[in-house]
Amino acid sequence: MNIQELNPVARELLNTVEGYEGAFEGAYNIRQDSGCAGRRSTDNIRIESKPDGKPGLEIHVAAGTRDETVYIPAVVTHGDIRDVAYNDFYIGAGAQVKIVAGCGVHTSDESESRHDGIHRFYLSPGSDVMYEEKHVGTGEGQGIRRINPVTECWLEEDASLTMDTSQLGGVSFTERETHANLKARSRLIIRERLLTDGSQEATSVFHVVLEGEDAGCDLVSRSVAKGHSRQHFVSRIVGEARCHGHSACDAIVADEAVVTAAPRLDALSPDAALIHEAAIGKIAGEQILKLRTLGLSEEEAEARIVAGFLK
Amino acid sequence: MIRLENVFWTLPEGGDIIKDLNLTIPGGKLTVVTGPNGGGKTTLAKLIAGLVKPSAGRVRLDGQDITDLDVTQRARLGISFGFQTPVRFKGFTVRDLLETAAGRELDFDTLCDITGKVGLCTMDYVDREVDARLSGGEIKRVEIASVLARGTQVSIFDEPEAGIDMWSFRGLVDVFNGLKREKRTLIIISHQQRLIDIADEIVVLSGGQVRDQGRREDVLPGLLAGEIAGFCPVGRKEA
Repeated sequence: MNIQELNPVARELLNTVEGYEGAFEGAYNIRQDSGCAGRRSTDNIRIESKPDGKPGLEIHVAAGTRDETVYIPAVVTHGDIRDVAYNDFYIGAGAQVKIVAGCGVHTSDESESRHDGIHRFYLSPGSDVMYEEKHVGTGEGQGIRRINPVTECWLEEDASLTMDTSQLGGVSFTERETHANLKARSRLIIRERLLTDGSQEATSVFHVVLEGEDAGCDLVSRSVAKGHSRQHFVSRIVGEARCHGHSACDAIVADEAVVTAAPRLDALSPDAALIHEAAIGKIAGEQILKLRTLGLSEEEAEARIVAGFLK
Repeated sequence: MIRLENVFWTLPEGGDIIKDLNLTIPGGKLTVVTGPNGGGKTTLAKLIAGLVKPSAGRVRLDGQDITDLDVTQRARLGISFGFQTPVRFKGFTVRDLLETAAGRELDFDTLCDITGKVGLCTMDYVDREVDARLSGGEIKRVEIASVLARGTQVSIFDEPEAGIDMWSFRGLVDVFNGLKREKRTLIIISHQQRLIDIADEIVVLSGGQVRDQGRREDVLPGLLAGEIAGFCPVGRKEA
């Protein structure tokens, strides 16, 4: 298959989630409606279908790879599809790579459009991964647009993983689950941005085990809930050794929306330093007032504050 | 020129903070409003900027009745307001705030010019968030910079010196002197003599009313005598 076989909806979704404008630089695999709409490996990044016959990919990044990017978008372009993909990433020692994994689901009728992406990351010692994941739902249909991402990460000594996830509109239901296990001196940074509106519902569950000495995790979730939407944030950081763990849940609620946050910290070692911060509330009236003194209307001020918050 | 005519402002729970205030603030000049704590200075500033509305009376800008205009409308007419306690924003960078204030994208040189005036290096600050990680002095400078970025005809600063360390005070004085040279209308709420010293006009507000007003050279001597006696009404009598 080649990249020309993308349908117009897929092109639009890819543009939104990956900035696609007709081509990808470097390695890529485009998943369209459970099929492959284009794939390219490079000298250092090998993309193959899963050998066990399960839907999905194995992505091997060679040791020592520097400054390369691999794109693995998945799009569901109409209703009545439940797409499931198991993607396993094997990152070689000392490799430095960026992985862009956008996902878009579209339905223009009453039927459900769904993508379940199960991503597993195996980071060899000293490797460094920047993982970007952008989710979007589109289409005029009343059907449900559902994305359920599961991410499992194993970080060996001195490895580093930054997860930057955003879901800023259109997805009816999301259940995000992220599990991570960190060996000595490895680092995990998670930045989640989430916007829900209408009757949408989003749950994010993070479970991080800091197993090795001097492992560190910084997990920050920023979200805005509007309309009648509901969000649930659940985090658990377990410190099994001398380590640093920080989680923060910042949420703006508006209208009749509901946000719950349930952070948990388990210090299983006296040298585990674990912190959690949570703040849930309306946009502060003084913030709106400040922007109004700069000439913005109340509505413009709210929009600007939300845009900045979720940037 | 800003005019307040028979203005009252009453606390929601009762009690007049501003009482039948009549005041004319000249255009194109630097007016410092000073007076004892609780005298109504901040309320006066908010009444002009539209952050609070008078319980009675009228507010005029260059003859136009702006009493019923809200904050946004007054801002668009060319009134800027620097908060005594600056507001913090998660996710908003210094650049975001200054560009919002200016109503357009700002190039590096313009950003440099604005932040330089308040003693901040653009390189160090432009991408920093205006959140709790900025110190009190830093965020105060950003607040003043947001007013400068607007470049409006009328600028009101509520205690701009609060949080500014004494080593940077010279820079603050230079900022206001620069705006004076541009013939902007400046209203500064302040107790600081170094700001009072550069005023064209001084208004002394006490008990919600104008106790004294006039050219600096006329008002300042009485103000200094008052400082010796204290602002206690009993002290005034004894003086």
